[in-house]
Amino acid sequence: MPLSYTIAVIAIPLLMFLFLGLVGVKMEKKLTGILGCIGMLVTTVLAYGVALTYFFGADQGQMTDGVRQAVTVFNPDWLSFSKTLVVRMGIMLDPIAAMMLIVITTVSMMVHLYSLGYMCDHHGHAEKGFQRYYAFLALFTFSMLGLVVATNLFQIFIFFEMVGVSSYLLIGFYYESPAAIHASKKAFIVTRLADLFFLVGILILSFYTNTFDFFGSEVNGIAGMLDNPQASLAQAGTASFMGCSAMAWALTFIFIGGAGKSAMYPLHIWLPDAMEGPTPVSALIHAATMVVAGVYLVARLFPLYVIEQGAMDIICVVGAFTAFYAAAIACVQSDIKRALAFSTISQIAFMMTSLAVSSAGGELIQIHGGYGLGYMASMFHLFTHAMFKALLFLCAGAIIHAVHSNENDQMHGLHKYMPITSFAFLIGCLAIAGIPPFAGFWSKDEILVAAYQKGIGWGIWMSMVAGMTAFYMFRIYFLIFHWKEHKVHTEHAPADQPWTMTLPLIILAAISVVAGFVPAAKLVTWDGAPLHTQLNWTVACTSVLIACVGIGLAYKMYYKENPLPQRLADRYRGLWTAAYKRFYMDELYQFITHKVIFQGICKPIAKFDRAIIDGFFNMLAEVTNTVSFGIRKLQSGSIQAYVYVYFFGALLIAAVTALFVIF
Amino acid sequence: MEIFSNILIYFVIVPLLTLLGLALCSNRGIAAVRAVAVTGATALVGLAGWLVYMFLQARGAGDTSEMILRTDVTWYAPLNIKLALGVDGVSVVMIVLSAFIVFAGVFASWKMNPLPKQFFLWFYLLSTGVFGFFISIDLFTMFMFYEVALIPMYLLIGVWGSGNKNYSAMKLTLMLMGGSAFLMLGIIGIYFHSSANGQLTMNILEIARNNAIPHDWQLWLFPLTFIGFGVLGAMFPFHTWSPDGHASAPTAVSMLHAGVLMKLGGYGCFRIAIYLMPFAANELGWIFLTLTGISIVYGAFSACVQTDLKYINAYSSVSHCGMVLFAILMFNTTAMTGAVLQMLSHGLMTALFFALIGMIYGRTHTRDIRDMGGMMQIMPYLGVGYVLAGLASLGLPGLSGFVAEMTIFVGAFEHADTFRRVLTIAATCSIVITAVYILRVVGKLLFGAVQNERHRELTDATWEERLSTATLIICVAIIGCFPNFFVNIISDSFLPIVKALTQAV
Amino acid sequence: MNGGLTMNLTLLLYLIPSLIMFGCGVYGFMTRKNMIAIMISLELMLNSIDINFVLFNRYLFPDQMEGMFFTLFAIAIAAAETALALAIIINVFRIAKDVDINKINKLKF
Repeated sequence: MPLSYTIAVIAIPLLMFLFLGLVGVKMEKKLTGILGCIGMLVTTVLAYGVALTYFFGADQGQMTDGVRQAVTVFNPDWLSFSKTLVVRMGIMLDPIAAMMLIVITTVSMMVHLYSLGYMCDHHGHAEKGFQRYYAFLALFTFSMLGLVVATNLFQIFIFFEMVGVSSYLLIGFYYESPAAIHASKKAFIVTRLADLFFLVGILILSFYTNTFDFFGSEVNGIAGMLDNPQASLAQAGTASFMGCSAMAWALTFIFIGGAGKSAMYPLHIWLPDAMEGPTPVSALIHAATMVVAGVYLVARLFPLYVIEQGAMDIICVVGAFTAFYAAAIACVQSDIKRALAFSTISQIAFMMTSLAVSSAGGELIQIHGGYGLGYMASMFHLFTHAMFKALLFLCAGAIIHAVHSNENDQMHGLHKYMPITSFAFLIGCLAIAGIPPFAGFWSKDEILVAAYQKGIGWGIWMSMVAGMTAFYMFRIYFLIFHWKEHKVHTEHAPADQPWTMTLPLIILAAISVVAGFVPAAKLVTWDGAPLHTQLNWTVACTSVLIACVGIGLAYKMYYKENPLPQRLADRYRGLWTAAYKRFYMDELYQFITHKVIFQGICKPIAKFDRAIIDGFFNMLAEVTNTVSFGIRKLQSGSIQAYVYVYFFGALLIAAVTALFVIF
Repeated sequence: MEIFSNILIYFVIVPLLTLLGLALCSNRGIAAVRAVAVTGATALVGLAGWLVYMFLQARGAGDTSEMILRTDVTWYAPLNIKLALGVDGVSVVMIVLSAFIVFAGVFASWKMNPLPKQFFLWFYLLSTGVFGFFISIDLFTMFMFYEVALIPMYLLIGVWGSGNKNYSAMKLTLMLMGGSAFLMLGIIGIYFHSSANGQLTMNILEIARNNAIPHDWQLWLFPLTFIGFGVLGAMFPFHTWSPDGHASAPTAVSMLHAGVLMKLGGYGCFRIAIYLMPFAANELGWIFLTLTGISIVYGAFSACVQTDLKYINAYSSVSHCGMVLFAILMFNTTAMTGAVLQMLSHGLMTALFFALIGMIYGRTHTRDIRDMGGMMQIMPYLGVGYVLAGLASLGLPGLSGFVAEMTIFVGAFEHADTFRRVLTIAATCSIVITAVYILRVVGKLLFGAVQNERHRELTDATWEERLSTATLIICVAIIGCFPNFFVNIISDSFLPIVKALTQAV
Repeated sequence: MNGGLTMNLTLLLYLIPSLIMFGCGVYGFMTRKNMIAIMISLELMLNSIDINFVLFNRYLFPDQMEGMFFTLFAIAIAAAETALALAIIINVFRIAKDVDINKINKLKF
């Protein structure tokens, strides 16, 4: 079978996890790290091999009439629910899966390498739990790779859970810190709640389509749900619930599942807290890979969503709102990782919106004679964003490692001390702000074109958010690297970090420069056919202009120390505080979980159980006991009392008998 | 004797021989007791493996009869009571489960004190009952073995328990005996209607074939039998023996009880109540479905606020066992297969939980999560074990809980009516609540700073504890990773039951 | 018939002390707290019964001997029983330092 060595891409991280998890504890710390890196390097090389073969290699069944087909490498049964409903664990390659393989392995490789330096103290001694860290990284990589090559919806769900747990374990890596425990718990439970919807969505969808598979195969002789989307959706017939068709519900629920992982409003609250984990983890999981799983999910089911316009509209609105909401919060955060986290939310929302703007009225919108530009743009943005956001996070990690703080008032003026990091961060900022020729420009431009095509309102809204992106990113950049002279707090002056940490920065920076020139439109399209795109000069110029305005504003406010930001904050105190407090969403959740669910449901139920249910059975016992004690007196054990009863009883019987005899 | 050529009888003989061996041991010196107990447990595991092999052989050779390895020995001819042996896929996996839990339980009670010999005596008597129940298909012997399994519980908890043990032992025994009183009425009722015009029989297969129980009688007998077994299956509102009982029971007994004994309830529910009275099951199923639906959510919510480790797991068991009965009442092969998977999964992971709790309690002498913290730093092996048990419980793919729950949900969703849909969706909510209470415990107990400085001196697991927990963890992982192996064994066993149900509508 | 009546009158005469003895026995058995006294009351009752056996045998069925035998039998058993009871009472007294029947209730619960 062609490409069968893809299995190794999945298997190596899994074996690495098992090996490091079981044996690693006994091994030298550094050695486990190096082993982890070597394993990941092999995986990366293989994954590149697979992806490049799929995209450019000789035809191995993936090309039909110039259209890229999904290739199912293999697909064994894993769990049979019934004769037809079978969960399979397989590997399927299609454009987005192949692209994701590259994204995941690249970022994961960088993070593995970077962590060799980051997870050590200043003397180069590895931290406690170093082996565990690498084991979890391998577990995560395995789960994420398994997710993207899934052949069916249930496999995606399975790996959704797996990445959730890996994320939980890695966020809570510093398990002695209460903040980390709390954050990991929150992340897991919020995404679990979303997964619940995902599960219900799967149940509804599979009930009507009678399959989990995306594509059918000749071997099994059954149709997948994406083989003929129209027919799949039609199977639900007129089944409806509360005015919406069953399929609309199913797809909306599945989107909610994706929204949980991808931190869409209002399920975004876990992501900023997840920054309690080690920074490389944030770069890998919470910036580049896991958080885009939701986008990937919607993209996977894109043919269904296109037809079910109602679900698509929800995605569109949620995405557009989240993009703005997160950008607004990112403008005022003082913790650089949190600011980056909100930036991530905003960018993922960009991708979601981009997917959703590709259709209207149940039909794909035509642009330049091609269909599904938004889809292509979304996936392209996913790719470029992963690279530059990982870069930004890793830079942030280097800075945090140098100054031992997440707060930007502990930083300032680091440019002089850490020039390489500063330069890399600048490239990341330029890329995300959308300045040509950096990567972000190309992908974001396509998104905006798609948005304008859907409606001028969507376009303007997204352009505005793009401007905010430029502003807040450069705000962070200036506050870290300029603003004022750095005050050295610790015994060491901050400096560029060792090569293990700097090399990934340089590589990712280089990718962020050139990634925009990847011919994504030719490779990653919804139907596999190459898409013809051209630069829309109006949109491009406007977006660059807006980005420049954002950067200029940031430059004016934050390049040199000045009282303007403080004055503005004072002027709009209420708004500023609200944004700083993330519009009180955490408090709202706190209220619902603690006051309503914990105090209002769990406690009364537990009380009810003890008092009423248990009380009832105790009462039964009590009543029995009381009655027994009552009649116990009769059995006194005093022989004399028995004699009384016996004697007078005998007399009584004698008297009665005598009376009967006489009368 | 023909019966001794049947492997099944050895599942009763081996524990009895172990009993005998234990009785011959001297009262002083634990080494001999341990040796005998371990030998017995190992023999049982070996037998269970052999049984699986034989079962697969028989099925592979095309034996599609409902029960295989059948042997009948007349025991009391006037009432037509026989010792009828036979197994189908479900019994086989339940026997395997029991064998492994007995094995792990022996190692978990390695340092049992006081009276180790007497402890193991009762422990093996209990196992005899459990195995006897699973291998027999005659109502009388089933009921007899059921009682044999229940009674030792009283002594095991009353003598070797902790905390408020007299109360708990009494409560548990009385409630379960109450359940078996219902059950006995049900069984007698079934017996007298077991045949329309011929020899009355206690054999389940014959009763099912005769299908002679009148409908109005079924409406009485079904609730009696179902509640009788439901009490043991911790069905709401008859679950309250479970938290107190588990909290007071010694480790191995909690393991065996939650791991195997509660499964007797679920097993009896479909093997006797539903299979023999399909008409009433169809008629009255909705009542019990509602109750079990409540169990699932109710148990999960209650677990969220408990502070005693064992109470948390006891309520969690209420929730998970509720899932078993819930799935059984869905009356289709998928859900029922899920129910058996859930029995397996719950049996193993709850046994694991109780083993770990026992080990932690043995060191800290407290089970209150507010008094503990940072155990992961002190006892990493037990900590990792606990996290794995927790992840299995909240349904991490790759461990057994996920497979079981998903099979149940998919099966339950095969019904298109609103009532079952709503209940199913309510039941799915439990996966989130489960996550909440599991993570709460894990966060408080294992992570964070060490609460009590004296705990720093505690040691990690000893070899026998490692063996005990590792056995269970490996079982949990095997079910989670290769579920189809088990599904293939189990699912065909439900065909006759589902057929009976559909014909009775 | 007449002779029978005479005989029965004589019998009645003998029966009255026996009845009184029995009454005393019952009364003593019911009211005394001392176990020894209770034993004595028991003996009184037994002896009154023995007297009755002998009387009925002598006056109603003079040509048979069952009543006599029964009495001898009862006396023997009563002796054994009294010996046993006294032994128990003495042992109880050693342990409990008391022979009050209401206080010897340790075995009851």
